[in-house]
Amino acid sequence: MMSTGAEAAAPKPMPEKAGAEPSPQAHGRQVHSTLELTGAEMLVEALRREGVEVLFGYPGGAVLPVYDALYQCGIRHILPRHEQGAIHAAEGYARVTGRPGVVLATSGPGATNLVTGLADAMMDSLPLVVFTGQVATAVIGTDAFQEASVLGITMPVTKHSYQVREVAELPQVIKEAFHIATTGRPGPVLIDLPKDISSAKGVFHYDAPVYLPGYQPTVEPNRLQLRKLAAAVATARRPVILAGAGILHARAHTLLRQFAERTRIPVVNTLLGLGGFPGNHELFLGMGGMHGTFAANHALYETDLLINFGARFDDRLTGNLNHFARRAKVAHIDIDPAEIGKNVETDIPVVGDAGRALEVLLQECAGPGHYEDWVSHLLELKRDYPFWYERDDSGLKPQWVVEEICRATHGDAIVVTDVGQHQMWAAQFYLFAEPNRFVTSGGLGTMGFGLPAAIGAQLGDPNRVVAAVLGDGGFQMTVQELAVVAQYQLPIKVIVLNNSALGMVRQWQELFYQGRYSHSLLPLQPDYVKLAEAYAIPGRRVEDEESCAAVLREALAQPGPVLIECRVKPEENVYPMVAPGSGLHEMIGVKP
Amino acid sequence: MNARILNVVVNNRTGVLNRITGLFLKRGFNIQSLTVSPSEVDGQSRMTIVLATGDERIVEQVIKQLSKQIDVLKVQDITDQPIVARELVLIRVHSPISTRAELTSLIEPFRASVIDVGRDSVTIEATGKPEKIDALLALLRPYGIKELARTGLTSMTRDSETVQEIARLAKSNALWV
Repeated sequence: MMSTGAEAAAPKPMPEKAGAEPSPQAHGRQVHSTLELTGAEMLVEALRREGVEVLFGYPGGAVLPVYDALYQCGIRHILPRHEQGAIHAAEGYARVTGRPGVVLATSGPGATNLVTGLADAMMDSLPLVVFTGQVATAVIGTDAFQEASVLGITMPVTKHSYQVREVAELPQVIKEAFHIATTGRPGPVLIDLPKDISSAKGVFHYDAPVYLPGYQPTVEPNRLQLRKLAAAVATARRPVILAGAGILHARAHTLLRQFAERTRIPVVNTLLGLGGFPGNHELFLGMGGMHGTFAANHALYETDLLINFGARFDDRLTGNLNHFARRAKVAHIDIDPAEIGKNVETDIPVVGDAGRALEVLLQECAGPGHYEDWVSHLLELKRDYPFWYERDDSGLKPQWVVEEICRATHGDAIVVTDVGQHQMWAAQFYLFAEPNRFVTSGGLGTMGFGLPAAIGAQLGDPNRVVAAVLGDGGFQMTVQELAVVAQYQLPIKVIVLNNSALGMVRQWQELFYQGRYSHSLLPLQPDYVKLAEAYAIPGRRVEDEESCAAVLREALAQPGPVLIECRVKPEENVYPMVAPGSGLHEMIGVKP
Repeated sequence: MNARILNVVVNNRTGVLNRITGLFLKRGFNIQSLTVSPSEVDGQSRMTIVLATGDERIVEQVIKQLSKQIDVLKVQDITDQPIVARELVLIRVHSPISTRAELTSLIEPFRASVIDVGRDSVTIEATGKPEKIDALLALLRPYGIKELARTGLTSMTRDSETVQEIARLAKSNALWV
């Protein structure tokens, strides 16, 4: 993949970009290598070479040279109303397209406003390339205006980071950043760009291969280990597949389905893995974990062979580790060796790409083993104990709203959520038949993620319905991004499940703190309809099923954005539930 | 405690030490000592990290997390390998003229030397394995240690030929079963 001799590569004439990449060579400007470019122009040219279609950015003093180079450059620039909005939008874009989201912010506060998004992308393995302006090199360290030690602040929440000290190294740094962000386990890479570097001139060359001896991700899995796994399948009595977001990153959903169908092993998805296996498939047991299905959690508890493709055994999935898959031989396929054995002891570790591993396994596994009873038992559990809620005429149920969204969009929308109860209901009651249709903040659990992520998702897939299912708490954290929805006329259907509370916090206080609702209720609510209208977005309020169904369909029939406030029952809780500290076998609120 | 010694080769880039220590902070790992210096290769540094734990899973995690860093080129747990490991110590000891001769003869078997002399104190330099340094300190403590500076461990694996020779000798002299 990489070769030596990076240094030897002298500036050569640049080759024309091959093929019909979507790179917007809008003005037909092809920069010639003998020409000197400013650092800012280099940045723009590098983005072209990388085929970047959209840039999420917010200007400021330290990036003025970059913004000057961006002026009428042909790359689409989306202006959020807060830098956090820019980076969550880039995450939504990356989640839906699989391509890196690109972000630009100024120094100091611009950069620190990105920290939450960086941490979020780091936890959920989303490829981002993030540029931050920096004060001029001469004044770095003097507490200059809008100076912050961005490298120091962001180091723990980035896959890698650079501060550019010479304009000549900028093209190679950008090339490396895109390579690192998108290969191996994807993640955010940050480039800190001092203002004088973006003004300084140098020769642009982008041909030298990326040479990183300290970064050589193992893609090709060990075949002997996979043979061991195949042998374990043949002798297993209670096997189960756990499929995480690694399946989506590896674009291995088809291979996974083939493997599950070939071996007849049922599949559990993690929250972030939803869509990696068809939600309507016979062998699908549902999401596992704290608010997972009884069947999925029962399978994870009772299994004797747990095959994990690209999930990191997050605590919300495993529950109390002392009770997790205790009788199981554990096989863990992961592109990141550090995940293997981190939380759960592993018997068959396989480092590599999930897709490559599945290809080998499809060669090694001829058919199902001897576990038909186990499978039919699990499918009975799936049938008898589905996600459920009590339907009555006491008010609009949030679960019903999600089901109705699923019906109205034929299960084919991109669903973007914020964090909390509504997020779990979306995960439970919307069936994702296809990959990359569910955009949610899993690891970091970032409130305020939903609306900007929906903006990025819609830009990444302009022709698909994007339903932003939000809670009233999280929505208010990044509500200003409605301006972006309106400005670019993004046809996002914003659906606010308003329970006038931080519902998940309130639920925990009800269940574990004897109902002491300490600062989790939001009695004062804005008029969401007027709020939408203030941004020239049509707003609707619904309080019952009939009007909800009608308004939803009306909204979906319209070409533009809509905000629908659903006044849902505030006391509704997310069930079933594995209480914190409990094992997956100790679920409460299972369907009677 | 069952300390582990890691030999880490890193790119000598801005922030690399921060990356390593930040990682220990983030993951809640404890360092007993850490030394960094340029290595034999231009642009690369060698770190010797002594972990304050022998817990296998933690050590494995530390190694994997270190290896994930793009600027980390190589990580080796060399604790159980044939290695040479040394640290240097500087000790200022309370020492009126009356005890000075005694002190000098006391430190001699340690191949330690007096590198600075004052009216009431002497400064002693010693190099060796941490156990030897600990032993020297134990001997000097009754005199009154006024100041102490230890570098922490630095180390490398032994020459492979030497290692083979040691193994061969051990076999041929295997009378002592």
